Amino acid sequence: MIVVLVEVTPDGEPAEVSLEAVTFARSLSAAGGGVPVDVVVVGEPSTSSVETMTAYGVRRVHALTGDAFAAFSGAAWAAGVLSVREKAGSVVVMASGTPRGGEVMAHVAARAGVPMAANVLSFGGLSPFVVTRQVVGGAALEEMQLSARPAVFTVAGHAVEASPAESPGAGDVVVETPAVADADLVARVVSTEEPEADLSGDLSSARVVVGAGRGAGSADGFKDLLELTELLDASLGVSRVVTSLGWRPHHEQVGQTGSRIAPDLYIPCGISGAIQHWAGCSSAKNILAINTDAEAPMVTRATYAVIGDLHEIVPAINEEIRRRRG
Amino acid sequence: MTVLVCVKRVVDSSSEVVLTEDGQAVDGRYAGFTMSAHEECAVELAVQIGSAVGGATVMTLGDADAVEQLRAALAVGCEAATHVVADPQTFGPADVAREIAAVVKDQGHELVLLGNDAADSGDFQVGIRLAYELGWPVVNGAATVSVAEGVVTAGVAGPDGHETYRVPLPAVVTVLEGGVSPRYPSVPGRMKAKKVPIDERQPTAEPAGTGRVRLVLPPPAPSSVQVLGTGPEAAPAVVDLFEQLGVLAR
Ligand SMILES: Cc1cc2nc3c(=O)[nH]c(=O)nc-3n(C[C@H](O)[C@H](O)[C@H](O)COP(=O)(O)OP(=O)(O)OC[C@H]3O[C@@H](n4cnc5c(N)ncnc54)[C@H](O)[C@@H]3O)c2cc1C
Ligand SMILES: Nc1ncnc2c1ncn2[C@@H]1O[C@H](COP(=O)(O)O)[C@@H](O)[C@H]1O
Repeated sequence: MIVVLVEVTPDGEPAEVSLEAVTFARSLSAAGGGVPVDVVVVGEPSTSSVETMTAYGVRRVHALTGDAFAAFSGAAWAAGVLSVREKAGSVVVMASGTPRGGEVMAHVAARAGVPMAANVLSFGGLSPFVVTRQVVGGAALEEMQLSARPAVFTVAGHAVEASPAESPGAGDVVVETPAVADADLVARVVSTEEPEADLSGDLSSARVVVGAGRGAGSADGFKDLLELTELLDASLGVSRVVTSLGWRPHHEQVGQTGSRIAPDLYIPCGISGAIQHWAGCSSAKNILAINTDAEAPMVTRATYAVIGDLHEIVPAINEEIRRRRG
Repeated sequence: MTVLVCVKRVVDSSSEVVLTEDGQAVDGRYAGFTMSAHEECAVELAVQIGSAVGGATVMTLGDADAVEQLRAALAVGCEAATHVVADPQTFGPADVAREIAAVVKDQGHELVLLGNDAADSGDFQVGIRLAYELGWPVVNGAATVSVAEGVVTAGVAGPDGHETYRVPLPAVVTVLEGGVSPRYPSVPGRMKAKKVPIDERQPTAEPAGTGRVRLVLPPPAPSSVQVLGTGPEAAPAVVDLFEQLGVLAR
């Protein structure tokens, strides 16, 4: 059996990246002769989330409940995942390559005394089990052998497209309250502050993202970019140069060490397209690059481009949008 | 109490990445070497916390050249350095965690800071494995870390907002960049760093290894960019595109 840790968004739905992980698990299951795919969620799942997981071919949803799971603890979640795996005897334990997914899988692997592969894109042979994963922020790929069982890994965000199964799974829900040792609850979230609403909005789920890099020129160089962000009801995402220089806050950063985005349209302005930035935006469906340098990697890899100074082009675009709206 | 911070010498990957001929490693001959941004922030936090308590020690497991990264951390305020001399390519995350644990036990640190993930191997796990080696709690991906009265307070940007952890010492914390700005080394800092003796050690056990079969470079994406125009004159074409993609509606 394959066990997938599924993360649930605040509105109670399975996160898109988790559905990608379930989709990945299904292809692994098919290659392995149809072993069932079970998922673990923390908390009682909503009816609609169970429907979604069923459509994704899930056989059983193991819901971890009880005081130990009231606030996040990587060790407690791992204990819960391992209790499911022990009962079901699964050979694979996996999650999506989110901060939570990676953290819990590292705990699972350390507790089980097996290796873990982070940010897997695909698998090759099953025996031996070889995966290909992103290293160096996606600039290189590693073929890695995972010989021990369970094979523990995370799936890189947007490595596969989430798609429902041809035939739904059974989708049974089993509520479980595994015992968790006190030691596993020492490092536990004690408080969570809601993020302040700002223009970075929900970067990872935004439909349109306006990007800004060193080309913005200074902390005062964002006026037109912010206006474009508002006109398109978009989110603002920036490069690391921008956050390192303190022009914009770090939570707006896109890339290997920032958010990963997958909008319908990404508009990087004055961003060169370094591999570490690309790691965060390569899943955008369309990219419109605005850059003075027609040879910049962001331009050559984009779908569309406008060559020139963003401080001239962006105000002209804003003006044109206002004109058409009347 | 004292703080230990763990850094790894990695190839600077901000420009083009080249592999060694045998496909077993990233070739740093042209790009040069560095420590990752997460670890620079971990060093900064270790120095800040260490200055209020018993000081910060930096350690690395790496080849002879990794002394460069130890000196860099000494130059910004770490007071001592330990070098486990070994080929890092042959040490997997579990091996590295075991070696760090041996240093911690010998030297008696109460707080260990690491990066969230190494910029080359990107394993996302050494800190957590270390915590299990030591039997200590671990907070992962902290942007801010402070210590008061034997308790570590760590701030993490979680999926639902800003999370706070409070854990008693001894503890392990892995650091994500973004919460502090690493300081630049001063000239006196650099001079002082050159004189600090580095404590060299051998690994305590044979490594189990990494499971690496080989590295490959991703295939280059062919360029199919459609240039809409040059300068502000391109604005109408851009807004046409917005309409076509349906992102202008409201
Ligand atoms: C371990 C590691 C992790 C990293 N993580 C990230 C990450 O998460 N996110 C990230 O973004 N980076 C990350 N980086 C940094 C990355 O390598 C690049 O340094 C960074 O992305 C460059 O930012 P930039 O494109 O804004 O700046 P530059 O590379 O300096 O590019 C500026 C671009 O703006 C253009 N330009 C200049 N002026 C104008 C103008 N007036 N109008 C239009 N265009 C103009 C230039 O032609 C150029 O293409 C990481 C690096 C490392 C080593
Ligand atoms: N060879 C090493 N020497 C010292 N610290 C290391 C080494 N490898 C990894 N680390 C630490 O562990 C963190 C996470 O690494 P990883 O789990 O390999 O992605 C890094 O950011 C470092 O702080």
